[in-house]
Amino acid sequence: MTEQPYLQFEGIAKQFGSFTALKGVDLAIPKGEFVCFLGPSGCGKTTLLRIVAGLETQSAGRIRQAGRDISQLPPAQRDYGIVFQSYALFPNLSAADNVAYGLVNRRSPKAQIRERVTELLGLVGLPGSESRLPAQLSGGQQQRIALARALATSPGLLLLDEPLSALDAIVRVKLRDEIKSLQRRLGVTTVMVTHDQEEALAMADRIVVMNHGAIEQVGTPMQVYREPATAFVADFVGRVNALPATLLAGGGIQLGPSRFEGPHAGPAGRDVTVYLRPEDVLAGPLRPGDSNVFEACIEKIEFLGSYCLVQVASPALGEQRLSVTLSPNFLSEQGLRLGSRLPLRLLPERMRIFA
Amino acid sequence: MRLSRALPHQLHLIAMLALTLAAGGAAAQGKTQLLVYTALETDQLKAYQEGFNKAYPDIDLKWVRDSTGVITAKLLAEKANPQADAVMGVAASSLALLDKNGMLEAYKPLNLDAIMSTYRDKKNPPAWFGMDVWGATVCFNTVEAAKKGIPKPETWKDLTKPVYKGQVVMPNPASSGTGFFDVTAWLTLWGDDNGKGGGWKYMDALHENIGQYTHSGSKPCNMAAAGEYVVGISFEYRGNANKAKGAPIDLVFPKEGLGWDLEAFAIHKGTKKLDAAKKLADWASSKDAMLLYGKNFAITAQPGVAAPLANVPKDYEARLVKMDFNVAADSRERVLAEWNKRYSAKSEPKK
Amino acid sequence: MSMALVPARRHTDPSERVAHAGLALLVALLLLFLAAPLGAILKQALEDASGRFVGLANFIAYARTPALLDSLHNSLWVSALVTAITLPLAFAFAYALQRSRMRCKPLFRGITLLPLLAPSLLSAISLIYWFGNQGLLKDAMQATGIAQIYGAPGIVLAECFAVFPHALMILITALSAADGRLYEAAEAMGTKTWRRFCTITLPGAKYGLISAALVSFTLVMTDFGIPKVIGGNFNVLATDVFKLVIGQQDFQRGAVVALLLLAPAVLTFGVDRLIASKQTAMLTARALPYRPKASAWRDGLATGYCALVAALVLAMIAMAVFASFASFWPYNLSPTLKHYTMGLVDAEVGEAFVNSLKMAAGTALFGTALVFIGAYLLEKTQGADPLRSAARLLAMLPMAVPGLVLGLGYIFFFNAPTNPLGGLYHSMALLTLCTIVHFYTTGHLTAVTALKALDAEFEAVSASLKVPFWVTFRRVTLPICSPALVDIARYFFINAMTTISAVVFLYSPETKVAAIAILNLDEAGEMGAAAACAVLITAASSLAMLAFMGLAWMVDRKTQAWRH
Repeated sequence: MTEQPYLQFEGIAKQFGSFTALKGVDLAIPKGEFVCFLGPSGCGKTTLLRIVAGLETQSAGRIRQAGRDISQLPPAQRDYGIVFQSYALFPNLSAADNVAYGLVNRRSPKAQIRERVTELLGLVGLPGSESRLPAQLSGGQQQRIALARALATSPGLLLLDEPLSALDAIVRVKLRDEIKSLQRRLGVTTVMVTHDQEEALAMADRIVVMNHGAIEQVGTPMQVYREPATAFVADFVGRVNALPATLLAGGGIQLGPSRFEGPHAGPAGRDVTVYLRPEDVLAGPLRPGDSNVFEACIEKIEFLGSYCLVQVASPALGEQRLSVTLSPNFLSEQGLRLGSRLPLRLLPERMRIFA
Repeated sequence: MRLSRALPHQLHLIAMLALTLAAGGAAAQGKTQLLVYTALETDQLKAYQEGFNKAYPDIDLKWVRDSTGVITAKLLAEKANPQADAVMGVAASSLALLDKNGMLEAYKPLNLDAIMSTYRDKKNPPAWFGMDVWGATVCFNTVEAAKKGIPKPETWKDLTKPVYKGQVVMPNPASSGTGFFDVTAWLTLWGDDNGKGGGWKYMDALHENIGQYTHSGSKPCNMAAAGEYVVGISFEYRGNANKAKGAPIDLVFPKEGLGWDLEAFAIHKGTKKLDAAKKLADWASSKDAMLLYGKNFAITAQPGVAAPLANVPKDYEARLVKMDFNVAADSRERVLAEWNKRYSAKSEPKK
Repeated sequence: MSMALVPARRHTDPSERVAHAGLALLVALLLLFLAAPLGAILKQALEDASGRFVGLANFIAYARTPALLDSLHNSLWVSALVTAITLPLAFAFAYALQRSRMRCKPLFRGITLLPLLAPSLLSAISLIYWFGNQGLLKDAMQATGIAQIYGAPGIVLAECFAVFPHALMILITALSAADGRLYEAAEAMGTKTWRRFCTITLPGAKYGLISAALVSFTLVMTDFGIPKVIGGNFNVLATDVFKLVIGQQDFQRGAVVALLLLAPAVLTFGVDRLIASKQTAMLTARALPYRPKASAWRDGLATGYCALVAALVLAMIAMAVFASFASFWPYNLSPTLKHYTMGLVDAEVGEAFVNSLKMAAGTALFGTALVFIGAYLLEKTQGADPLRSAARLLAMLPMAVPGLVLGLGYIFFFNAPTNPLGGLYHSMALLTLCTIVHFYTTGHLTAVTALKALDAEFEAVSASLKVPFWVTFRRVTLPICSPALVDIARYFFINAMTTISAVVFLYSPETKVAAIAILNLDEAGEMGAAAACAVLITAASSLAMLAFMGLAWMVDRKTQAWRH
């Protein structure tokens, strides 16, 4: 039985004068899912979020939430909580007053409100901070208050507009986990906008990769990373080698002066680009009979902590340079340094080919 | 299309609100209110108002006070939509002009018979009647004159002598009744002749010596009293008051003759408070009122009432120039236009 | 998947409708009390005395009257001269305040801003006592070749005093936005002080200088009080309007002159908008505040200069105070309270004073409310775009309209026999409304600046939490913006106390305000009483200033605790 998706976009388009921000977006989000809109600046992800919130009005298209057509409804009549990049906490109200803001209006009894505030503050990991003012809280703490405020009215949908971009790296990672586990615990459908692909990969159930107002790919983090649907996705998410090549008959590819085995058969003679992640260039133990083996020379070593990004050159590849991920342990074991030569293998099954 | 008709209906709500505000500020008392336009000096208004309220305590007087010229212009401008109930203490020459425009309500006040025939409108019943005479007086600052070696003038023509250059101030006839009767007197003495007469030649010469034309009739004497200028062409009430305050001035009454006008009273035609206005007219003509006027002026419309003023000569009345208010009214616009053309800008002579 | 094309418009919910109604009311008020009177002036200028349309006949008649053209010429060169004198003086003063380490800065600043608390003609009255024919320094003045103070010299000098604080305020702001890093970099490169001044300081203050010049020019061009008191027979446009309309009831030519007065103000407004759009942010988030280094001779020079200017301002005010107590200048200088008591009683100045206070209070109260709610509706609500654009334009318009022109428009519009709102004419309500509209724009800009400092998403958060915007307005916006509210109220109050230009056409005997009383006293030649009245207004404004500062302090403690 196919369940009705919780949030459904049908042909959402948005024009700002002559600028097209969104080009007919179709998307279905099931209940309880954590979805990330990922893309570079100007791709339309924030616009799409704001359209869901009713803060922007779409030029065309429909949105349905829980079966209800909300396309025409003003924000006050929709059902969502929102956390902005700036948090937009009311600076003159205490943390408790901020969190209780949406509850006070419902005329619930004070005791009940206080209880709920305590519960929420505990939920976001800030028990006892009722009387603190936002200015007295750190960035991460403010973010959590904003989250508590958004969740106070138990909305059906949680919208997050780049909530972590104002925080420093360590706090960001910590909060990532907390938001994710909170979401799982509450089971509230969540849409998060971010330009940080690491964040998206870590937090999302599904990622919507967007570019120039259109969806490039919708998929799980694994799918998006390991099976990018377009050249843009391959390029945007994670590091990748983009190698210009020509297709050969029988599934081979011509890379520079050499012929390599490709992932699958394709029309011969076409000029394409082969996308291969640095970690899909093997340097480890090679078996005799492995295809795509060639010798390369190390030109640059970029030490990134847990791994090194090594740039190699090879006559087999002509002028093309290749980036390879190698562990520092491996490098020191093998005694590799600048100028060293080593055999490498391009994993054919890991190649993605785009025109 | 008139702007008012374009206003949408909701604005009447705003108008209601605004009018309520305005009503809060405006007097809405049980008494009758008379709006009286006047050119009387502010220090005289209070006394007259008190005198009137002694006789008629249930009528409130609301004054609109400005100089003669301004009040006259205002009344003329409001001709189609009159606001004033009565006009009190405005120059008879102006009232004659208003009468020509059909703006006055003729009425015979109680005490009319006691008023001299020269000091009232000739018609029966009169459109206006006089209260008191005010006439030209020159305030001469003796201290400043001694410092500068300036002799005391005896005649109007004296004032055109070069020794007085930049030392004379007089009122602007367009705004001040005092200024206007000065101009009328000179034109009567030496001829108007539609801009070519001796009167205009005199004023050309005088213009060379004028330091400033002031807005009001009192200011020249006040300036002379303060030593700001040596000669202030003003009127007798102000000269007398300043000298009494201790200003070092002498009052000069030029020999050729003195311009003058009547402070007069009239009821405005179309007033909705005719009875109250009539009562004011009655009081303004009464002996009690005349006594009050006499405190300030040498000549009242009812003869024999005014005690002589300290610094004013007893034959003051005889020195007054012959004055026909109707002629003055007729020529007012033309004379003012000519005067403006000639003297309006006291600027450096074109090189 | 079906692609349903729905129109972009979505339903507005009730709270948005309230916002739109509020906007509509604002636009209606501004149309009625700003645009309509201006239209009435235009109408008068294009018609003859009996109401027939005559096209440009009145303008042509004006151009043919040499006396009136003289006034235009006079106005122009006097305004230009005052600007040329005041601008460098104010710039030097602002520079001393912002870029030196001299001491007593608040004192100097306070003294030179004092003239803002006085009606503009205080300086004129004072100058008569200093340089008039019985003036203390008359001989010194005549030694410099100026024959008498009445006329152009008096106007120029008095306007310099009146305009100085306005220019100073603009230039202080312009010079305060200095990025210290620019100067450090310049010094590291060995740039000489003079060159630093020419290449960093002056260009940085460029827009401030232009703005101050335009404001000064327009202020002088449209000021009425000073030429009336000390202008003698030197005719300028401002006094011409008055003489034509009030003195001669010549509405047609008065309207023509009024339109001429509108021109420089509109020009200033246009250039100012242009500048505002081009102004690059001098202070970015990374800028360091500029800290001037100690330099003995520079600080000494600055202190000397500022002391001189401050002394001049004090001398001007002190003379007016002295003269108000002198029994009979110049012959009897013994002190007396006569001018205060008699003036208050006889000339109904006491009543006028109460009227001034009433009008100032009304303006402060209603003006602040109107301005702030209007700014809030414009900045923080959505929808009703044509209404919004109209409101934005109308809110900026008052800055382009001189008080004289506005007051004149009110006469024409509200005194027309067929106007249903004619009952407002001569009422305190109309005076208050006129003053609110006259000073609307600065209040509006202050409110907008304060509102823009708030997070733009407060209203969005509020909507998502189903809280109507007026609740957020009460709980969040108002408390946070209360310092700005006090500022706006103070601005309205002080200006209402000291303004003359607009009210001179609109007052009635019951609603005469103190500033008008001064004019009447001056017209009658009662200089002592006029000085007393001017001093009283200044004193009242100063007290009000202190009261507002106290209020600001209280408000700060109560609502801004979260900032500290």
